[in-house]
Amino acid sequence: MKSEVKKENSMILQKEMIEGLFNDLANAKANGRKVCYTFVPGNLSELIRTFDMLPVYPEINALQNAMRKKSAAYIKEAEKHAHSEDVCTYVKCDVGMLLKGNIGPTGQKLPEPDVLLLSYTGCFTFMKWFETLKREYPDTTVIMLHTPYQENGKMTPEMTQYMVKQFHEEVIPKMEAVSGIKFDEEKLKKHLELSKESEDWITKIFDTTKHRPSPIDAYFAGVYYIGPINIGFRGTQEAVDYYKALYAEIQERIQLGLGPVTPEGEMSEEKYRLVVEGPPNWTSFREFWKIFYDMGAVIVASSYTKVGGVYDLGWRHNPEKPLESLAEYCMNCYTNLNLPQRVDLLSKCIAEYGADGYVTNSIKSCNSFSAGQLAMMREIEDKLEVPVGFIESDLVDPRYFSYSNIKNRLESYFQMLAQRKMMKELANQPSNT
Amino acid sequence: MLDFKQLIKECKELAFDLNFTRAKRWKEEAPGRVVVGYMPVYFPREVLHAAGALPVAIFGGGDKKQVIRGDAYYQSYICHIPRSTLDIVLDGQTAHFDGYIFPSICDVIRNLSGIFKLNNIGKFIKYMDFPQNFLPEVGGVFYQQEMQHVMHYVQEINNKTVTTADLNHSIALYNKNRQLIERIYEIRQHYPWRMTIEEVYYVLRAGTVIPVEEHNQILEQVCNHIEQNIGEPQDKVKVVISGAFCEQPSIGLIKSIEEAGCYVVDDDYMLGSRMILGDISATTNSPLEAIAHAYIYQSQYSSSIYDVSNPKENRLAEIAKKRGADGVLFASASFCDPSLLDAPIFQKAFDKMGIRYIAFQFSENINQYKVIKEQVGAFSDSIKLWEDESVHIS
Amino acid sequence: MKKYYLGIDLGSTTSKSVIINEKDEIVGRGITNTRANYKIAADIAREEAIYDARFTLLEEKIGESQGKRPELKKYMEDLKNVFKYGQFKRRMDSLEKMLIQTVENFSHPNKADILEKLKIIIEKIRPQIHHEFIYEMLGTKNQFFRDIVSEKYNGEVSNIGSEFYEPLILAFDKSITPTENEMVSYNFKELVIESIKILDEKYQGLADTQGNNNKEDWYYAELNTTKDNYETLAYTLRQHIEAIADEEIPIANMVGTGYGRALLPFPEDCIKSEILCHAFGAHAVFPNTRTVLDIGGQDTKAIQVDSYGLVTSFHMNDRCAAGCGRYLGYIADEFGLSLNELGPEALSATRETTICSTCTVFAGSEVKELLNNGEERPNILAGLHKAIVQRAMSLIARSGGVKNEFTFTGGVARNQAILKYVKDMVANTYGNLTMNIHTDSIFMGALGAAMFARRNIQVNLPKAQKSEVREPVE
Repeated sequence: MKSEVKKENSMILQKEMIEGLFNDLANAKANGRKVCYTFVPGNLSELIRTFDMLPVYPEINALQNAMRKKSAAYIKEAEKHAHSEDVCTYVKCDVGMLLKGNIGPTGQKLPEPDVLLLSYTGCFTFMKWFETLKREYPDTTVIMLHTPYQENGKMTPEMTQYMVKQFHEEVIPKMEAVSGIKFDEEKLKKHLELSKESEDWITKIFDTTKHRPSPIDAYFAGVYYIGPINIGFRGTQEAVDYYKALYAEIQERIQLGLGPVTPEGEMSEEKYRLVVEGPPNWTSFREFWKIFYDMGAVIVASSYTKVGGVYDLGWRHNPEKPLESLAEYCMNCYTNLNLPQRVDLLSKCIAEYGADGYVTNSIKSCNSFSAGQLAMMREIEDKLEVPVGFIESDLVDPRYFSYSNIKNRLESYFQMLAQRKMMKELANQPSNT
Repeated sequence: MLDFKQLIKECKELAFDLNFTRAKRWKEEAPGRVVVGYMPVYFPREVLHAAGALPVAIFGGGDKKQVIRGDAYYQSYICHIPRSTLDIVLDGQTAHFDGYIFPSICDVIRNLSGIFKLNNIGKFIKYMDFPQNFLPEVGGVFYQQEMQHVMHYVQEINNKTVTTADLNHSIALYNKNRQLIERIYEIRQHYPWRMTIEEVYYVLRAGTVIPVEEHNQILEQVCNHIEQNIGEPQDKVKVVISGAFCEQPSIGLIKSIEEAGCYVVDDDYMLGSRMILGDISATTNSPLEAIAHAYIYQSQYSSSIYDVSNPKENRLAEIAKKRGADGVLFASASFCDPSLLDAPIFQKAFDKMGIRYIAFQFSENINQYKVIKEQVGAFSDSIKLWEDESVHIS
Repeated sequence: MKKYYLGIDLGSTTSKSVIINEKDEIVGRGITNTRANYKIAADIAREEAIYDARFTLLEEKIGESQGKRPELKKYMEDLKNVFKYGQFKRRMDSLEKMLIQTVENFSHPNKADILEKLKIIIEKIRPQIHHEFIYEMLGTKNQFFRDIVSEKYNGEVSNIGSEFYEPLILAFDKSITPTENEMVSYNFKELVIESIKILDEKYQGLADTQGNNNKEDWYYAELNTTKDNYETLAYTLRQHIEAIADEEIPIANMVGTGYGRALLPFPEDCIKSEILCHAFGAHAVFPNTRTVLDIGGQDTKAIQVDSYGLVTSFHMNDRCAAGCGRYLGYIADEFGLSLNELGPEALSATRETTICSTCTVFAGSEVKELLNNGEERPNILAGLHKAIVQRAMSLIARSGGVKNEFTFTGGVARNQAILKYVKDMVANTYGNLTMNIHTDSIFMGALGAAMFARRNIQVNLPKAQKSEVREPVE
């Protein structure tokens, strides 16, 4: 990304953390570090760290490849190998990368996995993905941690027990065997303590959108903010320091009355406040963001920033109950919530952050998000009488991002918002007659 | 004995009765009866049967339902079965159903349970989370709890306490059901001309919407009929169909595969009715444990269940071998994640094993399949032409 | 001084413009096919609307002196038609030049022969076109230059030896687009006077009594014999033409909308979404409208409006354009029919063939297979039309259904078969409520835009700067 924006301290910190991780990964085999492939939703960072392993997140590689315009070629490669045009493009991007030598987004070769840890949260495709990877790495240990779906909108003791038993019987013994390290509960507790602290900070950060103007964009910039907590740093002091620094920067913006920082520069006037459901498009991330920026639209909350954990309802990792809290963490990721829960959560965001509208970015690749989005939208529109908008794109397949189509729909949507806002203002004006 | 043609005709009517009139009649026959709809792929129907409920499978609207409202809920890149299912339900065609069960198949069907919840459909909506952990003391226990939830929902409606004897009785009935179905496949494996796959389809699908006792009678009649030496063999190759376990192809497509020169000797259309291989113990003191045990140790592979310890490609190859098939047809519903994501795994393995296959996609509402028919015809011809060199599936 | 407001709707298939007065009354409308060049399409549509507005002014003047009689209206309609022919003729001249020039640039050895054939063709089609225009034989067909002239030209080419087929078609393909994209200015007055003369000739040979209850004949009889009406009329027209031709039609404000709106060289606050415009236009014509369905070339939209005509929610077709006007065009190509023939043929069906896929990719093969299976073409077409409407019905359901009066707009609303299915399905699903379809449905977007221009309702777009004309994005 071209950057006219001065680098904030937090940005530098984040960059260092991520570069450090990729360097560690590039040197993992040389340094005898074990490598664990896993996914962001339901990522067990604290446990992985307890066994001193390094995490690889295939979907993060896919999205970073997309931002670096590499995904199209990878997807094509996978499709040459019988992968359907109609399935998750994260998977195809990852498979394509593998077929082309497994060079990661930073240009460094990614190490092969010592263990495939499938915590399988709210997405069946993850399961199929690791079935595919298992064939590529037949000698790799697979750990399947089945996370029950919150079908009734709650986590029952039964569900938690089921997961804790899986930790005892499957996850921990296998991780011990792969790493050669004995499970150290005290070490895990320390990580969990730090996780809790990071979670407190990130909740405070996403809560700052209550201010007007909102000092941050909780979707486009939000995807950067959730980086450290989602990709393996959650239980670390580094993450805590990063979030503290970020929070301080945001406080400063609030005091100065500033809006969000964007790649196009600072947002000068906040015209619309939106809540967005669905992941962003990565292949045209910046153009996508710019459409909102040009219209003066700020995203005050998004469901996507909750895929790696939902913290804004008060849930935290709990060092007192280490395995139970890992279980609950997995069950409580956004896509593992049922549709009524998702509606409630988004409704709460709309109300608390004073949103003028609700926009769905429906992603072709991701049925976990997308199947049901129209019903959710209907429900939110009916219940809250908030204007809703609907656009379509894809995660990492550039063939499925149509700029003019999205712009056309968003323009219509924003003009509708403007009309409605104006009517509201007129209605609130004291009448002369 | 009923005339075979007549029997098939009746099964056909039952199979495609989207008003589920047999279930409606059954419910009206006695007070306190409960009808529960369930989606593919698999659900342990024994549990509902024992609880005094009639399990009724909902396999979408096929090409027999004009979908309007269902489309309003789904983007164009999502498969067809949830749309037609919603249309059927919103049109009141399942008004006599008390509850709905959504077994874990994929993200789309899971979220369909949420759409049912948002629309307040039925007295209960149960998303049935099949364990992906295969230790009896871990996943097995969880599975038993899931089944108990289902029984609890039914009990809240009919107040019936389910006994061990009830469960064992139901298990025995479904054991019988699976044995008879397996018998049909065994006979057809050797004499596929005695009954077309279209007829098999009607008979099996009818069984998903009527009481198991009635279905067992039908199956017995079918078995008796095809145990006779009837019909003439035709010059067709033998194939196994895989991948169409949820959304169903239209009957025209099912038919046209055999017309194009392929005897279908196994398939996964009604996978749920055949999911458990062999019998479930019907004499234990803990029948739920027996069902869970069967799920863990005796299930057929499924695209919805993690297969780490028992790779599905080997298992499909085994089926093809056992049935003496010449090849495999991969039939996936458009946009069906589980089926389409499995396709490269199967195909790569089959390339290695030298098993012939072709792959195509369908949609339940598409009743034109000339291209598929041509493809299947060419496949069958190519096998016949190279018969001498054919690789035996080993 | 009077003030007028212009709305331009730059669609993907046709560009429309509407001029309204200060009472929101339509005084002029213009339509043209959208060319590769949106800017020219917009200019032509606007010019057309201005000519149309002048005709409206003429009609007003005549109305003042002669009263409002149906036969006068008929005369004015005829006049407009002949006027259009005059424009057409001038464009034809320019096409002829272009064709000759194109052929002269050919490197074919038998260039001279081609040129000769070309001239024969042109000589043949000129009187055909003249005749059809003057005697209103073009029916409901699109009266766009390209459509009419290419139909005639192709017809004549196929009458000439096959050896000339390729070069003659090539010459046409190379010449038609530049000709279409040429801005031709017409002298309104000259053209009207010319048209009056042509009409004089036409009417002289007409019957002077009413026959066979034919309404047309009655009009002409009235015009012709009863006190030599048309001559009086022509006289009056000549009286007013000078003033009207010179009268300024001051456009106080304009607003652009439609698929190509971003390409209009308008200030950004004069560009509005077609959703808002269609809704506003439809609401203006039918004030009780609460749901608007618009099926355009590229998009289908279901729009809910409030009692002020403001949009409360809308849904558009998802990314795939199945079920839009484009799809109909594709189907027409598959069958080798013109777009205008689809509807009538579908209406002649005895039953509807079930069509599963409104996907443009699959539709072709599905249609072929159905034909192979012996399905009747009208029945297939009926099925296709029904399938399109089904998709639209899903969008309506998505946007919250039809709660009150329903209005159907957009170019596709001209298709009678589509209209029939929309009426049937809306009634079946939502009961018998008022359904509005206006003859001007295709102009609703432009009307809404013009009304926004008059109200100058500010949409708070970032900055009101002149945007450059950009090339189409796709």
